[in-house]
Amino acid sequence: MALTQNHFELFGFPVAFDIDAHQLADRYRELQRALHPDRYANASDRERRLSIQHAAQINEAFQTLKSSLRRARYLLQLKGIEFDDEKETHLDSAFLMEQMELREALAEVRTVSDPLASLSGIMADIKARQQMMEKQLRELFAKDNEQTRQQAKQLVQKMQFLVRLQQEAEELEEELVAAM
Amino acid sequence: MALLQISEPGQSSSPHEHRLAAGIDLGTTNSLVATVRSGKADTLPDEQNRHLLPSVVRYLPQQDPVVGYAARAAATEDPLNTIASVKRYMGRGIEDIKNLGNRLPYEFVAAESAVPRFHTAGGDVSPIEVSAEILRSLKQRAEASLNGDLTGVVITVPAYFDDAQRQATKDAAKLAGLNVLRLLNEPTAAAVAYGLDKSAEGVIAVYDLGGGTFDISILRLNKGVFEVMATAGDSALGGDDFDRAIAKWIMQQAGISDDAGHHQLRRLMRDACAAKEALTRTASTELQIELDDGSVWQGTLSREALNQIIDPLIQKTLLPCRRALRDAGVTAEEVQAVVMVGGSTRVPRVRDKVGEFYGQDPLVDINPDTVVAIGAAIQADILVGNKPDDEMLLLDVIPLSLGLETMGGLVEKIIPRNTTIPVARAQDFTTFKDGQTAMSIHVVQGERELISDCRSLGRFTLHEIPSMVAGAARIRVTFQVDADGLLSVTAREETTGVQSGIEVKPSYGLTDNEIETMLRDSIEHAEDDVAARKLLEQQVEADRVLEALAVALVQDRDLLSEEERIEIEKAATSLQARRDGNDHLAIKTAISELDKTAKDFVARRMDSSIKKALAGHSVAEIAGEDDK
Repeated sequence: MALTQNHFELFGFPVAFDIDAHQLADRYRELQRALHPDRYANASDRERRLSIQHAAQINEAFQTLKSSLRRARYLLQLKGIEFDDEKETHLDSAFLMEQMELREALAEVRTVSDPLASLSGIMADIKARQQMMEKQLRELFAKDNEQTRQQAKQLVQKMQFLVRLQQEAEELEEELVAAM
Repeated sequence: MALLQISEPGQSSSPHEHRLAAGIDLGTTNSLVATVRSGKADTLPDEQNRHLLPSVVRYLPQQDPVVGYAARAAATEDPLNTIASVKRYMGRGIEDIKNLGNRLPYEFVAAESAVPRFHTAGGDVSPIEVSAEILRSLKQRAEASLNGDLTGVVITVPAYFDDAQRQATKDAAKLAGLNVLRLLNEPTAAAVAYGLDKSAEGVIAVYDLGGGTFDISILRLNKGVFEVMATAGDSALGGDDFDRAIAKWIMQQAGISDDAGHHQLRRLMRDACAAKEALTRTASTELQIELDDGSVWQGTLSREALNQIIDPLIQKTLLPCRRALRDAGVTAEEVQAVVMVGGSTRVPRVRDKVGEFYGQDPLVDINPDTVVAIGAAIQADILVGNKPDDEMLLLDVIPLSLGLETMGGLVEKIIPRNTTIPVARAQDFTTFKDGQTAMSIHVVQGERELISDCRSLGRFTLHEIPSMVAGAARIRVTFQVDADGLLSVTAREETTGVQSGIEVKPSYGLTDNEIETMLRDSIEHAEDDVAARKLLEQQVEADRVLEALAVALVQDRDLLSEEERIEIEKAATSLQARRDGNDHLAIKTAISELDKTAKDFVARRMDSSIKKALAGHSVAEIAGEDDK
């Protein structure tokens, strides 16, 4: 039954970190073309219900596989690594230090003479860090053993920090633009 | 009719008879209906060759409501019984309505549910019933000019409509006796009409400023797939607000006091609208305002002055434009075309400001009034099954985040805005007390962190939770948003597998009882018979089920054993026999019997579709390799 397949299997990919983005997008379109509720507008209630469920699962799988962070997390979970987001995460102090600095910089944006320029500098910094971590992830998954999985888990947690920071930066940007 | 007409293997199933389908643009100011005939989509005119139907309904004592031009003509003389811009009230509560405008142009009465009712000479009516009158009028127009019953319709809604507004629209269609194939977002409909016309590829922006709503959508067009990347907007901002701002300016200039009567206000709105329209063609326009004492005030409004009046409103549309770009992850430079939709985009200042924002001239060569209805008609034609081989696919998104109320009046987001629909997310809950068998979940829609700043959609009360010690039950609640953008909620206790009952209290919607009552009223009104209508509904449903099954059996016969096929055909024969009788309950039972019998077949067909989709792809890839 398709609904029990994992996201990689659903899209016909091997369970691995590296994915061809074009192939992913193409297969997504093919799957939705076959299963989207628009294809079942005239079908029986059961078929319409099933089509919604399948289309929702294809959307979920696509979103997970498309983002390197979500894909990494999902892959680690498939390999038995558990994430407990509620609990305090143990990240190295150097990283937490950097986070605090970035957060402070973000808080000070409002007070500088050109807030938007300063903000876009911070956002570029966040982006560069994300790209570097993504590269590290790829290297860890290439080796893939118990040790690298734990390291990848730490990296995923760090990337989640950065995503939240990025969201806050975007919200601040919107606020600044609206006030102009 | 023969039961299952199975054609020779290798031949396609018997050619579909052409089904009648229509696209309906249910607008704030005007509505339209369009259909595809001989491969071409066109709007349908009334007997006097007018394509637009003013979205105005007038209620008079002891007679049928008047819809359209005649109603609009009476708006200034009979303001309280003539409902205009009803779309603004859809899915809204009385408190929201007070916040919409400075003054309420109608008299409202409180009702049992949160749905307000207009008090008119023809009785108290909800916005849903008013909209149903407009839809009924369009249905009659379509059926008269197409010479037959409509099988189904696609109705467009602003992309930024929330769940309550969408549900209200669907309820109105139900009251009007329409089978809704899909609620389609207006900018997406415009993109379909535009994209198919120009065979466009790449990223486009659709800026849709109507009479009462504003939407901006960013779409990626690729080989017949219309993928909405992000949408944003304001479901209470439109050309009406331009008129109101102009009217306010006139009142200041002419010294009309704020507590002017309904008649005076309606006249002012009419004059303001006329001035706005005149200024799309000329640099200045003369105003002659009839005052309540019979005297006339004269003045001039220049385009510059108009620009100043409306600039703050146009500015309000640019913020969502920015947000949509950001959510879509594209820059203004990456946008290849800006499509202008909605009558209010005729205002030159709007075109200038939008052009400035995107750094390119927006496309204004399409008719901004009809493009949405035409896009809806194209989709309706496909959904109803007239073009089985069409490659077009629309992937839309949910415009506003869905969240749950947590401790301390905070919101926990479960589905973020701009998530592609359909979407399903599960959330686990547990009990708080020993032996607790019920719990309540408050669902809201919006982006803010506080419950009070978001829009309440409804309260879902779960019953029949198995009695256990506190914290032992694990209740998995699944929130599903379908392709219409409508939310449904299901719940299940995971340790026992018991399905929980759910009772829904919509915050701004009608209860099922109210809909039933309205339906009955509308039927009595049309001197129809409830039983006859129910029978007809079940017969239509039975035909649909039988036809879908016949097609399925032709396509996927190999998925069934001989034994299974015989069982299914037996159930189908039994349904056909009931269908030709006159017991609607018996038909209903036979449909559900057939459904049960064909359950595994349906599931196998879905799985086989997935396999075929991927298999078809690898063939395409191999072909692609050869090309290199």
